[in-house]
Amino acid sequence: MSMTENTATSLNAAAANSAPTQGGALLSARDIEVAYSGKVALSGVSLDILPNQVTALIGPSGCGKSTFLRCLNRMNDVIPGAKVSGEIMFDGHDILGADIDVVSLRRRVGMVFQKPNPFPKSIYDNIAYGPKIHGLAPNRDALDVIVRDSLERAGLWGEVHDRLKSPGTSLSGGQQQRLCIARAIAVKPDLILMDEPCSSLDPIATARIEELIDELRERYTIIIVTHSMQQAARVSQKTAFFYLGELVETGETDDIFTRPADKRTQAYITGRVG
Amino acid sequence: MTGSEHIVKAMDHELAHLDHVIAEMGGLAERQLEDAVEALVRGDFTLAKKVIAKDVEIDDLESEIAQFVVRFLARRQPMADDLRAIVAGLKIAANIERIGDYAKNIAKRTLVIEDPTQLQSARHAIARMAKVVQEMISGVLGAYIARDVAQAKDVLARDSEVDQLNTSLFRELLTYMMEDPRQISRCTHFLFMAKNLERMGDHATGIAEQVTFIVTGETPREERAKQDASSATVLDSSDSST
Repeated sequence: MSMTENTATSLNAAAANSAPTQGGALLSARDIEVAYSGKVALSGVSLDILPNQVTALIGPSGCGKSTFLRCLNRMNDVIPGAKVSGEIMFDGHDILGADIDVVSLRRRVGMVFQKPNPFPKSIYDNIAYGPKIHGLAPNRDALDVIVRDSLERAGLWGEVHDRLKSPGTSLSGGQQQRLCIARAIAVKPDLILMDEPCSSLDPIATARIEELIDELRERYTIIIVTHSMQQAARVSQKTAFFYLGELVETGETDDIFTRPADKRTQAYITGRVG
Repeated sequence: MTGSEHIVKAMDHELAHLDHVIAEMGGLAERQLEDAVEALVRGDFTLAKKVIAKDVEIDDLESEIAQFVVRFLARRQPMADDLRAIVAGLKIAANIERIGDYAKNIAKRTLVIEDPTQLQSARHAIARMAKVVQEMISGVLGAYIARDVAQAKDVLARDSEVDQLNTSLFRELLTYMMEDPRQISRCTHFLFMAKNLERMGDHATGIAEQVTFIVTGETPREERAKQDASSATVLDSSDSST
């Protein structure tokens, strides 16, 4: 994968937390294979994730895109019968290695799910929980700063600052999803994984999240799985097309959606294959 | 533009970028026309050559806009006035590119007709016509940036002025040719220059129609009163005495 002009700026932003690995990539997956109870769901996937970019994973249902995403923070560990092989280099370590501290990995690789899933706690505690358990805030004042900062970055502070004690579940769907994004960034991750983050939201709430994603990439690296290739086209700089458990094509989003190289990508994005 | 901003700010930036590049391209084309006609009137071959060389800048901007529009359609999926602005932007860029080509063609012919002392009257008639066309281009660019339908209509109205000047210049040149057949090749070049200017006026009105389309969603349909009678003009030898 070619280096882009973004690499230079990304070094500044990413270096604070982690040194980029090969070729300026924040994360490099090599030859990933995932099998569920012996049935291969994904194979031969190699993909570099560049810092401070949004990478969209697209493809029809069952193509392996969510399976791949779950490898990146070891979410497949919790699925019985799942077996993952290959190598995923992140900050000089193979995160698939047995010696990896999964809790600490998941701090650095945050996740936002399809359905907003705030904790049954106050707005404040939703954000404060992660920094507390990871020991990121030495005292209450520091915690207040993190909560405010995270809510501001998620574009939610203006809407909730006067009701931080209200339950997170009292917010609208779009606000809950932004709360979950605020919760993810509160623990200062390097990489944020988003699995269909807008699929339960209306078009306005979706547009807000998309604008937020665009703002967040100044500080974070984002990988988003989406069923909507229109959304992929709107929010990402890089796109990877998965089909039948294989990574078919990856490249600049501009190129993938205007002149894809592979016939299967062409067929999928033009709606000629289901 | 149209009041409120998009939630996705990049939409606003990119649409503003399109306006900016079209304005830049239009400004260049206007300047090319001005220089081409000045080169003709003064017999300034250096300036004519500069105009010829500069046309590529307009061509480059057109292909930049074409690429931008394809990317924008794929990436942003515009709707309603955004969609109209993008489609119209592509057409407007093509119109401006043609205007640039005609200016370049005037400069090329200026080099061919050589002797700048010949047919001064025709040169000035062309300059008068060019002035109207230039005002049309400038007016329509202003209408585009301001999304001003009334201003666009003013430009549409001026096209007949250009047509009339073209017809009268056509007659004038025919009489020169009848008087002195040695001037036929030079006069033919002037005829083509006048035709170029008439076509530029048509492209300016084409842009005016696109401005109306962006704002209202409809292209003005009423038949413009065509005043260009040059295609129906015949002079026979008995006219040469006039």
